[in-house]
Amino acid sequence: MSFISLLWVLLLGSLLGLELIGKVPPTLHTPLMSGANAISGITMLAALTLIVKAEGNVPLLIIGSVSLGFALFNVVGGFFVTDRMLAMFSRKTSNKK
Amino acid sequence: MNLPVIIKFVIDLLAVLLLALGIKGLSKVKSARDANRLAAFAMSLSVVGLLSYYLGTSGIGIQSWIWIIIGSIIGSFFGAILAKKVPMTSMPETVALFNGCGGMSSLLVALGVAIFPISGGQENFDFFKSLINEVSISVSIFVGAITFTGSIVAMAKLQGWLSTPGWTQSKVRHFVNIVFAVASLIAFFDLINGNISSIWLLVVVSSLLGIGVTLPIGGADMPVVISLLNSYSGIAAAAAGFVVDSQLLIVAGAMVGAAGLILTQVMCKGMNRSLVSVLFGGSLSAQSTASSGSGEYTNITSCSVEECALTLEAANKVIIVPGYGLAVAQAQHTLREVTKKLEQNGIEVVYAIHPVAGRMPGHMNVLLAEADVPYEQLKEMDVVNPDFPATDVVLVLGANDVVNPQAKNDSSSPLYGMPVLDVQEARTVFVIKRGMSAGYSGIKNDLFDLPNTSMVFGDAKKVLNDLIGELKDLGVGEK
Repeated sequence: MSFISLLWVLLLGSLLGLELIGKVPPTLHTPLMSGANAISGITMLAALTLIVKAEGNVPLLIIGSVSLGFALFNVVGGFFVTDRMLAMFSRKTSNKK
Repeated sequence: MNLPVIIKFVIDLLAVLLLALGIKGLSKVKSARDANRLAAFAMSLSVVGLLSYYLGTSGIGIQSWIWIIIGSIIGSFFGAILAKKVPMTSMPETVALFNGCGGMSSLLVALGVAIFPISGGQENFDFFKSLINEVSISVSIFVGAITFTGSIVAMAKLQGWLSTPGWTQSKVRHFVNIVFAVASLIAFFDLINGNISSIWLLVVVSSLLGIGVTLPIGGADMPVVISLLNSYSGIAAAAAGFVVDSQLLIVAGAMVGAAGLILTQVMCKGMNRSLVSVLFGGSLSAQSTASSGSGEYTNITSCSVEECALTLEAANKVIIVPGYGLAVAQAQHTLREVTKKLEQNGIEVVYAIHPVAGRMPGHMNVLLAEADVPYEQLKEMDVVNPDFPATDVVLVLGANDVVNPQAKNDSSSPLYGMPVLDVQEARTVFVIKRGMSAGYSGIKNDLFDLPNTSMVFGDAKKVLNDLIGELKDLGVGEK
């Protein structure tokens, strides 16, 4: 992938992000922040790439593994905690019916 | 293109689509929970896509598998444990911690690639060949480090482990931070010149910059900072995407970065603070002690729980104004029992939620939802403000600055211009409070001096429990 096309990807991704969060009720700000935060742990893919490419290089394997650990801590924790918050809202609506 | 490349391409495309749908769905109450799961699914899908790509092309060595498994298990385990155990009141600090770790991950990837140029593999993985790679590595390290140390400081301050040191409120801090920033720039240019060892300088000074920028910010502004750092961790992920040449990372990182910025803006608006004053203005309480020295109360009316119960019993419409103090006292469940009794007596009860009630926008909604308060009873500030003149009783529980009429009346007040709940318009206001201490901003609350305001002193949970007893004695909610 050429650098220029990666820049295009960056630009379009940013615009998408700006558009997606237009009108959010304040109720959902905290869960949304937490969910978006979990997605930022996508950097785990970079850590995985590093580990795969590092076969034979133990220090690099360790760095990659630690990085993967941090990222998954972010991802798994983030999604679980968001789900816990949102479960409280959905319980309310289902009780009503 | 061979088959593994095509498969990965399709999976990546699908993952981006699902992530975008996930973020979109998170902005509606109905779809939010499914959307969160959809996003989680998209993330797992992207991992499957990446691993199958390497299995189909270069293969994954046994050593790599071992380290992948070790890292995954440890990270996921602690993440899941923390997410399950943490109390809902500590949500902002938890998000900060998760966020910081995301930043750390991006930093480590860039660091690893920089200090161990990898040979072999199908692609040419010699990253230091081009300027672009050096720039993206530097950005990833710089933003990642700031995200990490900034988030940790934010968490420590919210937890009360760290206070705001006095020197950080003086002008010295700007000088110190400028030194750090300049040092980061020097390290960056040195790195581009081919001096790889200056990468350590970059790591150290950008970490210090993260601390130096976050430390002076007062606790009340911390949610804005966390939201901004959340945006940074997206940028760090996008930078890491440039480092390992992954479009998926760039798109997802950019989406989170942009969305985080929007959310930050929304929060600033709710608090009537500009982003610049949050970042560079220092702690609000430090400014206000100088400007509002006229902080003596002259006309405080204190009343007993019994009087409060009698007034409540006679009311037709009651509005509850919950604040963070309520959550800290773990009193939201007790509050729910009180309101249940009132409702059984035919009294209309709604909750007025200020945009920044709690410690983050929406935090109070989560806390009340935890206590089974029906979603329909939570009213936003703009909706509920016209209702106050027709309201008999307002109960202010652990909220302070968000009900301060100074924000409307006193142009010299640091709060002036902040949107507040017009509780003073109601017939009677009860403020349940431990003592006369000031709110988070450290500013005197003119509400307490008004003739229709009565203070009920005591711990929120204890007062509410007593209130339940009094209401029982009055026969409220017995039917």
